[in-house]
Amino acid sequence: MEYESIIGLEVHAQLLTESKIFCGCSTIFGSPPNTQTCPVCLGLPGVLPVINRKAVEHGIKTVLAVGGKVHAESIFARKNYFYPDLPKGYQISQYEKPLSTGGFIEIDTDSVKKKIKINRIHLEEDAGKSMHPDDESDDETSVDMNRCGIPLIEIVSEPDIASPEEAYLYLTKLRQILQYLGICSGNMEEGALRCDANVSVRPMGVEKFGINTEVKNMNSFRGVEKALSYEIERQIEILEKGGTVVKETLLWDEKKQISSVMRTKEESHDYRYFPEPDLVTLAVSEEWIDQIKRSLPELPEQKKQRFVTQYEIPEYDAGVLTSSKELADYYEECVKYHPESKMVSNWVMGEVLRELKERKIGIKNFKIAPTDLTDLLRLIDEGIISGKMAKEIFAEMTETGKSASEIISEKGLAQITDEEELSRIVEEVLTDNPENVKMYRAGKEKLLGFFVGQVMKRTEGKANPKLVNEVLKAKLSENRDEK
Amino acid sequence: MKRGEVCSEEIISSVFDQIKKANPNTNAYVTLLKEQAKESAKRIDDRRSKGENLGALAGLPVAIKDNICTRGVRTTCGSKILSNFVPPYDATVVRRLKEADAVIIGKTNMDEFAMGSSNETSFFGLVKNPFDSQRIPGGSSGGSAAAVALHMATMALGSDTGGSVRQPASLCGVVGMKPTYGRVSRFGLVAFASSLDQIGPITKDVKDCALLSSLICSHDPKDSTSLPEAESNFTESLEGDVKYIKVGIADEYFGQGLDEEVKEAVMKGITLLEKLGMKVEKISLPHTDKAIATYYVLATAEASSNLARYDGVKYGFRPEEELDLSQMYKKTRSEGFGAEVKRRIILGTYVLSAGYYEAYYAKAQKVRTIIREDFSKAFEKVDVIITPTSPTTAFRIGEKIDDPLTMYLSDIYTTSANLAGIPAISVPCGKDSKGLPIGLQIMGKPLSEDLIFKVAYALEQNL
Ligand SMILES: [Zn+2]
Repeated sequence: MEYESIIGLEVHAQLLTESKIFCGCSTIFGSPPNTQTCPVCLGLPGVLPVINRKAVEHGIKTVLAVGGKVHAESIFARKNYFYPDLPKGYQISQYEKPLSTGGFIEIDTDSVKKKIKINRIHLEEDAGKSMHPDDESDDETSVDMNRCGIPLIEIVSEPDIASPEEAYLYLTKLRQILQYLGICSGNMEEGALRCDANVSVRPMGVEKFGINTEVKNMNSFRGVEKALSYEIERQIEILEKGGTVVKETLLWDEKKQISSVMRTKEESHDYRYFPEPDLVTLAVSEEWIDQIKRSLPELPEQKKQRFVTQYEIPEYDAGVLTSSKELADYYEECVKYHPESKMVSNWVMGEVLRELKERKIGIKNFKIAPTDLTDLLRLIDEGIISGKMAKEIFAEMTETGKSASEIISEKGLAQITDEEELSRIVEEVLTDNPENVKMYRAGKEKLLGFFVGQVMKRTEGKANPKLVNEVLKAKLSENRDEK
Repeated sequence: MKRGEVCSEEIISSVFDQIKKANPNTNAYVTLLKEQAKESAKRIDDRRSKGENLGALAGLPVAIKDNICTRGVRTTCGSKILSNFVPPYDATVVRRLKEADAVIIGKTNMDEFAMGSSNETSFFGLVKNPFDSQRIPGGSSGGSAAAVALHMATMALGSDTGGSVRQPASLCGVVGMKPTYGRVSRFGLVAFASSLDQIGPITKDVKDCALLSSLICSHDPKDSTSLPEAESNFTESLEGDVKYIKVGIADEYFGQGLDEEVKEAVMKGITLLEKLGMKVEKISLPHTDKAIATYYVLATAEASSNLARYDGVKYGFRPEEELDLSQMYKKTRSEGFGAEVKRRIILGTYVLSAGYYEAYYAKAQKVRTIIREDFSKAFEKVDVIITPTSPTTAFRIGEKIDDPLTMYLSDIYTTSANLAGIPAISVPCGKDSKGLPIGLQIMGKPLSEDLIFKVAYALEQNL
């Protein structure tokens, strides 16, 4: 039987604010445990939360970027459960009245564009991190509260995602948007972006949804894809054997590439949500939304379309170049100095991206500045170096960090474009090969290639081929007239 | 004092003499700060002798209820679970008192986590009524009320979630005021029911109450529910014409369960105000009988969540033995909390549970809105509403402790002000035949503290 899968994703994104969502503590990642805490985020008796407007602003930016509706009033709620990394015994989140509803993210599947609808986006605080000892030693589990109160938005999709590949594309696109907005690092390994999935399958043509399970602990983009494939196969296998899927929560194990049951429905929490009495209703005025709207940067889709029209490059190129804001900025900076936009695109998509991939670095850490690259490209245009030489020089530049002209002069790599010098070399070649000259003049014009080769040999390939051709042709015909 | 007739050090040491005499009998204090208080008093005297400007409460001995955080001083909430908790910060009200050069002399006893009307649920033992040691002082701010009544402090801070300042003030013959919700910062007040809690002053007379209120009523950016209102000096408007003030009385507050002697005393007080030229009018607050049930649903719901943080992981009491996580939680909370607190946590957890939320919590929120509207309508007709503070005078120790429902009715006249978020004051208005104090409650519209002080002052001065 054919099955189709139905996936909904819940993505938690840590917001790049300087301070936490309800207190003044720093949000910098990687500090020693429990150094970025205060009575508020530690949940000491008597303390109160105060909302960080910047976190709300970041949330609103996201809503606007996906075309959702920001609610004029939203309400914080307490999600109650006991866990050592949750110092208050509840997490401040939003429940009945979230920051926003609606919106969508468009993904490019094989041939078509598909809209994945957003159900809601809400604000909440992060919990701390339990640090379990690796082995079976007597070390006690300890808790790092630095993460307590880091602002999060949760972006909940509709169950519009039909495959693990689509889930991957959705996540990539969502991360791209968040990074463009500059509100989330998007780093899944550091936990700045976390993803849980609701998965169900049903036989093709059946309208009723299957029983869904929740998959957690997917720590990378590829991990999400793999975990979802695994879960879909598992569910299909159960149904094929005539069984029923159990509503439960599963944990993905990246190392073992399997998932295992974390808790069943019977064990599921009753979070006893109720409105957080320590915070007032979060009011978002039209003026505030307008102000944020005006401050929104160009988003990936807009930038891509602009690249197509402004730089007259193919949509494919534009898509690759705008995959990250930094790469797009790099490209635009290059075009500013070297307006041959398609040539620049070829170089950035080709040499530059290859280099980044090999070195496993981002464009931000790339040694070659846009002006260094365009200097190199200008040398090609001016005929000083050939395209082939340029690639070698580029490789050298990435190794040494030297500029193109430095490398050229150091290695004497410049093309010979001096007509007088070339004429002299051509004369030598013609004088040394009287037989071939005769044959050429007799009509065997194919021999031009032989002469070019000879010139190149004598110049160690540095002669400008176009100029060599011109000079050769002129000399060979010129002398005939004399005879 | 300004002329140096009495110095702060003398005042403080005489207060500690009185504490030495009266506290063993009443158990009003959980923690005494004798050395610190003496040092503070000395510093204030030094500054006074140098001619420096001093704050409004310079050198006055003030007691703080033990659910209000004091930096470096144990803050127990009358509970075993916080019996060793020392906050690293001052509550905003404490900071303001210190800035006004008050001398903090100790932390007062209270019902555990402010849950009680008799001060019998404290881990540190019950508090006795200053007028009759066989009787309760009221609760939950019983320690603060008893301390002021017995001159063991000039003034004190309490907290009022359903009457916890006013009811003990009434039963101990002192003045207690619950401000408009949001007028006093809750930062540093250990939460019982966040949407109802307010810190309030307990004092000997109305003037002191107005003075202390002026100091603590101010906006605090650390409390999101804090109102933006500017500070007021309530002492300035105590005197003056009262003839324009319209007083409302509601039958709902004089019905079944009200002690005859209490009723008589309160009616006498109202008659007195009428004689002073105030106009008395009948009003109706038709949903008064729903207040107690509404209060106990909402307050326990919030409490069940507020008290979740006491889990033995970070601070406070934790059992000695090695236990796994879930056992540690269970043992910490079973041994750390007393019976009444556990009862309320269970009740609150229940009313928030899936399947019961709508029937209890959501419904109670709706009734709360209706009760608030009752008051809005009434205040279209009158300026203040006068009721008894408590249906009876101080009852006997042990009389109601095993009957929670009867105990909860002690707050029948006070919880409405918390639900509606309005200010209310309790002022002494005589004594019953046993010599036990009776309190009269004056409620006003939001932010009308100045007016209820004025009425309270008129009553006090002419009684
Ligand atoms: Zn903090």
